[in-house]
Amino acid sequence: MRKLMIVLLLAPLSGWAAEAGYRLDSSPHDPHDLISLQAGARTFVNYCLGCHGLESMRYGKLTDLGLTEAQIKDYLMFTADKVGEPIRTVMPRKESKSWFGVAPPDLSLAARARSADWLYTYLRTFYRDAKTVTGWNNAVFENVAMPHALWTLQGERAYDRESGKWTEIAKGVQSPAEYDATVRDLVNFLVYVGEPAATRRKVIGIVALYVLAILFVFTYLLKKEYWKDVK
Amino acid sequence: MAARLWNWIDSRMPSIKEEWRKHAAEYYAPKNFNFWYFFGSLALLVLVIQIVSGIFLTMNYKPDANLAFGSVDYIMRDVPGGWIIRYIHSTGASAFFIVVYLHMFRAMLYGSHKEPRELVWIFGMLIYLTLMGEAFFGYLLPWGQMSYWGAQVIVNLFGTVPFIGPDLALWIRGDYVVSDATLNRFFALHVIAFPLVLLGLVVVHLLALHDVGSNNPDGVDIKKYQDASGRSLDGIPFHPYYTVKDLMGAVAFLAIFCFVMFFIPEVGGYFLEYNNFIPADPLKTPQHIAPVWYFTPYYSVLRAVPPLFHSQFPGVLAMGAAVLILFFLPWLDRSPVRSIRYRGPYYKSALAVFVVAFLILGYLGTESTTVWGQFGFDAFFLDTKDRATWLARLCTVVYFLFFILMPWYTARDKVKPVPERVTH
Amino acid sequence: MNDQKKIDRTRRNLLVATSVVGGAASVGAATPFVVSMWPSERAKAAGAPVDVDLSRVGLGELAVIEWRGKPVWVLHRTKEMLDSLKAAEPKLTDPLSKASEQPPYATNEYRSLKPEIMVMEGVCTHLGCSPQLKSAEARAEMGADWPGGFYCPCHGSKFDYAGRVFRGAPAPTNLRVPPYTFVAEAGLVIGEDKETKGA
Repeated sequence: MRKLMIVLLLAPLSGWAAEAGYRLDSSPHDPHDLISLQAGARTFVNYCLGCHGLESMRYGKLTDLGLTEAQIKDYLMFTADKVGEPIRTVMPRKESKSWFGVAPPDLSLAARARSADWLYTYLRTFYRDAKTVTGWNNAVFENVAMPHALWTLQGERAYDRESGKWTEIAKGVQSPAEYDATVRDLVNFLVYVGEPAATRRKVIGIVALYVLAILFVFTYLLKKEYWKDVK
Repeated sequence: MAARLWNWIDSRMPSIKEEWRKHAAEYYAPKNFNFWYFFGSLALLVLVIQIVSGIFLTMNYKPDANLAFGSVDYIMRDVPGGWIIRYIHSTGASAFFIVVYLHMFRAMLYGSHKEPRELVWIFGMLIYLTLMGEAFFGYLLPWGQMSYWGAQVIVNLFGTVPFIGPDLALWIRGDYVVSDATLNRFFALHVIAFPLVLLGLVVVHLLALHDVGSNNPDGVDIKKYQDASGRSLDGIPFHPYYTVKDLMGAVAFLAIFCFVMFFIPEVGGYFLEYNNFIPADPLKTPQHIAPVWYFTPYYSVLRAVPPLFHSQFPGVLAMGAAVLILFFLPWLDRSPVRSIRYRGPYYKSALAVFVVAFLILGYLGTESTTVWGQFGFDAFFLDTKDRATWLARLCTVVYFLFFILMPWYTARDKVKPVPERVTH
Repeated sequence: MNDQKKIDRTRRNLLVATSVVGGAASVGAATPFVVSMWPSERAKAAGAPVDVDLSRVGLGELAVIEWRGKPVWVLHRTKEMLDSLKAAEPKLTDPLSKASEQPPYATNEYRSLKPEIMVMEGVCTHLGCSPQLKSAEARAEMGADWPGGFYCPCHGSKFDYAGRVFRGAPAPTNLRVPPYTFVAEAGLVIGEDKETKGA
């Protein structure tokens, strides 16, 4: 009975493992690291914004990352005139569907739909595959329509699905450790974009719990006091 | 000054004071209410929370297939404090069902469904049904993948009804597939129609209860022993004793609620499903469609029944029967005794087995039917694909037997003598 | 009896203490709901300051710029227009703009930072219609002593070239002047000045 209860309580965790064939690495991002978030924003704008939008996000909101509006305008705002505008991509939706088979999705909520671990692993497991249209494939997302946007940084690798072996074809501009850090920062940024209020929510939560704890003490004493009447 | 204002009102509307007396200051409730008795007032609290947060969500939500998903994200990001209101509503929806299930379980523990409270139970069951409808309509509104496909599957179930099925499904949807027409009408039902019905049912639920008086953990009738002025000896006025106790309970509940809401609002994908962060795509079915956790036990029952006569309708009937059989509990339960404290081993073990079966069905409903392996042991004579299905079938049989055999085992159970006065 | 009083006092103290903490918690809980009704980021972005290129507004020309859903007039005033302001003064309801709404730098005789550039909301202070430009040449319809200015067709209010309302009009005050500032060579930003940056 107890074993069953423990199993039932832990069962939800199996949900993730059940889906992916490839084992996901744990994303090492730190939501409080503003420098990492800024680097991720820069990577996104330079390598991803050409195809993927973040339309639920406004440029001006990026002041959350410790940037000034001037810095946002100068370094990040490529697809809008005013800082209050959303982060739109320039890729036309209809055409991109015919080019790639599927329009590159907006990534505002990608981190919440897929999870940070998935994104972190996905962005590091592209490999060369002559049989696909783009010449690229991905170990986590088989036959993905997306080419390896960061290939100049990571370099090119081959992957054998049966044996699970990775082989290097060509080096990229970054070492594996540097590339992992780049991806970590990018994932950090996407996680932030998925829920900008995340860090604030935890802070407010702590305050709320403190207030409720104190309130509970008083309501408990009040109850005890009144219930002295009841035998 | 305030006293004069009050006298002015009271002289013109004495009902206020009368109703307050009847339902609070002089409503004598048993003095031995325990932990299980918090959930009624908590259900009322969650109803208020959902209505208030719902109203403020409606200020910014757009019930249009092209705008709905974006409007929820707008609430999460651009509306000041919007993300709190959204999380309150999503956490509240699940909290409502947790509270309601525990509230119903209390009834089964202490025989609160038995005479003279059958009507209280019936109204409660109607509230439960309405709540399930309310949750179902509300879930379509974010217009995510899970919203869309969950609605598609459930509405298609109505399509399995013989003869009228396809037309019925068409009428519910307002279109050939779940679409903008469906979204708009579900919005109207979720925001106005069903909340009004819920409020009405809650009122009659409480009126019916107050007319006969509350049950208690001993199942003892407190009206049997009264003092000179007709007040039950084992009763205490609801106000101030239970108002103050329920206040304490509410604060504890809110602490747990806030913990979930501020630290784990998704609850591993059970309260906010991951697939629902992807906008609805009528052309792409998700790999794995499951209803939200509070519907999964019944979903399991539906899937456990194989197609019969080339129709899934028997499964739909079984699912409906699993819910509706609860209505008959007051008449299936033939025990001369109300509370589990004085019932015999038959009922106790039956209830325990029922709860386990219900929980297992609930878990299996969250997973694909091909899932196995979590339990870590082999059923050598069964193929992996079928193990979960056979377990679901077993649990479904157990679930129904709990009710079907109840007239027999509750009548034969070896009950213990019930005390005259309440104990603690 | 003394015990009862002590009990009563304890209960009252506890009730007060609980109410105070409960009140604080309630205010905290109500805050997100109340706050959510303030303008959202989308509304604020739509209401953001507007840039105007003044090189496009020729001498004597009136440009109409939308800001926060309202028409804002940018009038490049000629010398004649500016001269007419003195002539209009005796006929004005509020010549010194004492009762009217404008930023501190627009309380002068020109009601503007620079005399030649007039920035004001083209919304009649009576009931909100948008008046029309009526130059001094329009004496035939406006009357022989019309110095030039604006005429509201809804109820007949008249304003001079500084947006000041003429006596006898139903409009009570002069046209509103929004916050604005000049930038670079020929740039004007409506909706923002040194005090109310991004208001």
